Amino acid sequence: SPQIVWSMLGNRQFCSYKMTTKTQNFCRNEYNLTGLCNRSSCPLANSQYATIREEKGRCYLYMKTIERAAFPRRLWERVLLNKNYEKALEQIDENLIYWPRFIRHKCKQRFTKITQYLIRIRKLTLKRQRKLVPLRRKIERREKRREEKALVAAQLDNAIEKELLERLKQDTYGDIYNFPIHAFDKALQQQEAESESESDAEREEEDDEGVDKREFVEAEDSELSDFEDMDKLETSSEEEQEEEEEVEKKALHSKSKGKTPLKGPARRKRPYIEIEYEEETEPTTKTKAA
Amino acid sequence: GPPAPERVLFPPTFSVSEIKNKQRRHFMFLRWKQQQRKEKLAAKKKRRKEREALGDKAPPKAVPKTIENQRVYDETTVDPNDEEVAFDEATDEFAPYFNRQTVPKILITTSDRPRGRTVRFCEQLATVIPNSHVYYRRGLALKRIIPQCIARDFTDLIVINEDRKIPNGLVLSHLPDGPTAHFRMSSVRLRKEIKRKGKEPTAHAPEVILNNFTTRLGHSVGRMFASLFPHDPQFIGRQVATFHNQRDYIFFRFHRYIFKSEKKVGIQELGPRFTLKLRSLQKGTFDSKFGEYEWIHKRREMDTSRRKFHL
Repeated sequence: SPQIVWSMLGNRQFCSYKMTTKTQNFCRNEYNLTGLCNRSSCPLANSQYATIREEKGRCYLYMKTIERAAFPRRLWERVLLNKNYEKALEQIDENLIYWPRFIRHKCKQRFTKITQYLIRIRKLTLKRQRKLVPLRRKIERREKRREEKALVAAQLDNAIEKELLERLKQDTYGDIYNFPIHAFDKALQQQEAESESESDAEREEEDDEGVDKREFVEAEDSELSDFEDMDKLETSSEEEQEEEEEVEKKALHSKSKGKTPLKGPARRKRPYIEIEYEEETEPTTKTKAA
Repeated sequence: GPPAPERVLFPPTFSVSEIKNKQRRHFMFLRWKQQQRKEKLAAKKKRRKEREALGDKAPPKAVPKTIENQRVYDETTVDPNDEEVAFDEATDEFAPYFNRQTVPKILITTSDRPRGRTVRFCEQLATVIPNSHVYYRRGLALKRIIPQCIARDFTDLIVINEDRKIPNGLVLSHLPDGPTAHFRMSSVRLRKEIKRKGKEPTAHAPEVILNNFTTRLGHSVGRMFASLFPHDPQFIGRQVATFHNQRDYIFFRFHRYIFKSEKKVGIQELGPRFTLKLRSLQKGTFDSKFGEYEWIHKRREMDTSRRKFHL
């Protein structure tokens, strides 16, 4: 009889569906109406019992009566409830007529809760779902390694610098950067070919033209050889001396560039400072180059 | 064990792997390795001496094989003089940008509930790309915000996907019905994590450098990136944004440059940096179910050869 069952399972002996926590006892039985382990909620300890369960979005009313206690297979009778909320409640009422108040009430409560969460599920599936894509460790590792190697192979700084210099060559920047060094080298070459006594006026004109044009002398070797030639020649024109110092200053800067961080506006000022130097001592810089 | 003698004599059919004892086998293997190294060094020295002896008549140095050298030739590589490609590009979705009919206006957003790192990254990205706005997602569906964006005249949409508090994906969508590219983002470095960085990027329009986009696919992706930035860069700002493609990884960097002379330029990194890997390219705007995919990265087919790249 149910009282004996309860006195055994409920209090004294072991019930495998019972889960105890600090404050409460829960019942894991799938037919349990409230989920708690109580005398009135235990499906094993009550011979007349009813629950609401849902399967695949439809709700069923399960009922258990004493008459079928001997037939475990037919123990639970199942009634499909109407999709309409009110009609389903009426169905519960008519099926559980003359049943204890507790079971009726709890069944309706449970049914309400279930319909509410079913509505929520349907709403959520309409919204955006988050798709979980599993990461594959081997592939992640492989990609990471390949990325590192690609980074090394890319030599980004060099590539960017090269590209910028290319653009400078192609004159995409227009007149913003004027490096009179072109003019100077071109003038030097011409000077080497001709004699030194050629007039300064000619040279000035060439320099002026050189400023607008962009011409390129070959690599750095030519600069050094130019310096040596410069030292051999005895020049008196101011312009050449000024430009020599400019060039030397620039060469020194570029050699000593190292890894000093650039300060954009500060660096920009350097060319102007070089112009100041032009008026200062010339022979000292000459000896440096020598 | 005993030190290795100068010349080790073995019976001709001996191999190190036949020794059953692991310690001894290991020892013999090390000895064999040392010997190999010695021989290699001797061979190198000999070759160098020969080369010096020959002087000018020496044969030219062999070019080392690199992955880029050995790259499997892709038949969709774009030839710069190809007319068909030029014609396609004149009539594709980016034509209005390249004809200067539209000004890029970018919307940057994230996936749901972005965490601190992603938020900061979005902000920095917004400073790097001029005329861009950051809006938070708040659970809105992309399909619904796209028509709104088009109505408000946005040209591009960037969605940064986040996973475990770090950004790991980027969806770049050109808005009036343009292609959508989905990238995997890795090695994201915020501005404060970059060493030796400069001051903040200014609002000047940066220049754009696109390196190594050779195939048709690469070309279209490159144009997508180019269309993010205003067509006329402001050279006063001296800023440059670089998208460098190497072995299918696109490295993004943002620098400030200065020309120290006409042969030397110095660059200083500002701005965030990240790397992208293309996952898929879709023809229309973002639509994961019914979209028409132009290219999807299929691992089994495309990752078989180490020397085959698609961008």
